Amino acid sequence: MSALLRSGWEWFIAQRWLMMVFLIIGFVLAFAIPEYNLLNKYVQLVMMYVGINIILTVSLNLVNGYMGEFSLAHAGFMAVGAYTAALLTQKVLPIAAHPWLFPLAVLMGGLVAAVLGLIVAVPSFKVRGDYLAIITLAFLMIVKSVIENIDYIGGPRGIPGIKKLTTLPWVFFWVVVTVWVVRNFVYSKYGRGVLSIREDEIASDLMSVNTRRVKFMAFMVSSFFAGIAGGLFAHLLQFISPRVFDIIKTTDVLIMVYLGGIASIGGSILGATAYTVLLELLRPSTVAAMLAWLPAMVFDPLNEYVISHLGVWRMVIMPLLLVLVMLYWPRGIMGLREFRWFVPKRDMEAHHCLNKPTGGSHDAADGR
Amino acid sequence: MSESIVYWLQQTLNALQLGSIYALIALGYTMVYGILTMINFAHGDVFMVGAFFCFIAAVYLGLPFLPTLLLTMAGAALLGVLIERLAYKPLRNAPRVSAIITALGLGLFLENFTLALAPYPKHIPALLENVTWDLGGVSVSSLQIIIICLSLGLMFLLDYVVHRTPVGMAMRAISWDKTFVPLMGVPVDLIISVTFAIGAGLAGAAGTMYALAYPVIDPYMGIMVGWKAFISAVVGGIGNIRGAMIGAFILGGVEIMVTAFFPSTYRDFVAFSLLLLLIVIRPYGILGKPRTQKV
Repeated sequence: MSALLRSGWEWFIAQRWLMMVFLIIGFVLAFAIPEYNLLNKYVQLVMMYVGINIILTVSLNLVNGYMGEFSLAHAGFMAVGAYTAALLTQKVLPIAAHPWLFPLAVLMGGLVAAVLGLIVAVPSFKVRGDYLAIITLAFLMIVKSVIENIDYIGGPRGIPGIKKLTTLPWVFFWVVVTVWVVRNFVYSKYGRGVLSIREDEIASDLMSVNTRRVKFMAFMVSSFFAGIAGGLFAHLLQFISPRVFDIIKTTDVLIMVYLGGIASIGGSILGATAYTVLLELLRPSTVAAMLAWLPAMVFDPLNEYVISHLGVWRMVIMPLLLVLVMLYWPRGIMGLREFRWFVPKRDMEAHHCLNKPTGGSHDAADGR
Repeated sequence: MSESIVYWLQQTLNALQLGSIYALIALGYTMVYGILTMINFAHGDVFMVGAFFCFIAAVYLGLPFLPTLLLTMAGAALLGVLIERLAYKPLRNAPRVSAIITALGLGLFLENFTLALAPYPKHIPALLENVTWDLGGVSVSSLQIIIICLSLGLMFLLDYVVHRTPVGMAMRAISWDKTFVPLMGVPVDLIISVTFAIGAGLAGAAGTMYALAYPVIDPYMGIMVGWKAFISAVVGGIGNIRGAMIGAFILGGVEIMVTAFFPSTYRDFVAFSLLLLLIVIRPYGILGKPRTQKV
């Protein structure tokens, strides 16, 4: 039986054209679900959050997973994108033109974030490892602090009452764009450079890889999509403040990256989905709804002593989960492996050799 | 004395108080980095838990100041060793990023666990009788003096332990080389645990003093103070114990002066800009030595 399943899976995974089919089905569903209310509003909302988290995770995986740097600045780029997009739709663009100009605002947010990504890339020429983590952290804190000190954009109070312009089709569109761009980047000439930087930066310099250029590109692509995710996020949450984009937000994305596994787009998608859905499933109301079939004698005490407290305890469970993943499952769901549909045909052979860990690759990358 | 000198003296005193608290925490960061070349991002939260231990000892057990301080230090030290044994030790040979992530996760865990147990900010009772003297316009409180003196005392004690005792010698040896030092009969695991215990104990002491100086504590207080202490350690040259102390007083001074002359919301901005500037110009800190990169 399992052999049959296995061979069935092998056949399925070999049919690359199915990817296009799924893509089209996805787009159709993304339009149909909100239009005909196929799923309830809450599930639609969770789906949009899953999409935004996939964008964040895949883009952070480019720097943290493929390039082997340790960036903590992702929430900062997200904040920049969110503020740019929100300011554009709230204060600059005419209200009448909103639904059509919304993508423009999101795009602008991404571009501004990308420019800042270039700035963060500069110190990464000289500094690696722990110190780069500190620099990116400082960048995040500075972004937060600057936003807090500009009164025009609401200071510490943030921007309330943003129009809800993020829709399921747009989220799906940007997820597809993110996966497509990052995948093509990773398997391009520059992608090889990115991997070589992770394995050994000095050696790749010697092999005439233009490491500066590669780093510029990687940081730019990564922060661009973080900005996009920020713009979508702002117009979904409808309220942003500097507090939304603090170190905890970055930690969330890090958890998703490492849960899914480094250097794997398929893993990032799985990690982001699993983490977001799990976090939603642990909500007291969801758990109560799922267990409502239990007899009242069992349900009531359970509800009183366990379920109603989950709101706080789920925030305890998640970091614990991260630590346990790191201790017992350090490669995550798909660490350094890739879903075959994302690997170009010409790389199918080479992929296995390329992505094999060379015995503590991160240590080698530290140059010691 | 003229107005401005009084003002400066007052601010210097405040800076010393803040700096000494930062220094106690920064020492934990720098010791762990020195010995394991790993940033213990959960350290700021050990400091926070220390403040909560202080709350428990002072309110539920009703202890006076000195037993509270000792109990807090012991509790924090235990927590530090526990974290090291359960979370960091299995990862000692793993990629370094795993250890950083684990530390971040542990910090978040400590914060949210404390939040789940203590949802509202807690108020610490005054454990010490606070007398304020007026020295020519500069108001000096006994609490400030105690905090500064106690911190300096602990720092000198640590400096003595590290530079003059066999345990300290073993610590320095391990930070120098982890391959051959164990062959000389140095119990590496024990020494690493001792390092964590000392670092966490100092953070616990800092937690007590912070709680006395700023008596409202909450589960997220460790994040910012922890990062600031970490900046201090980097400014002084991470891995260098005297550097961490100097860095902490510099950062405390800068922060107090920024708040004295600019709106207080600029404080974090200046602190982190300072860090950024320093890493780009002098990445190994004030007292740190540049590490040459070996291929």
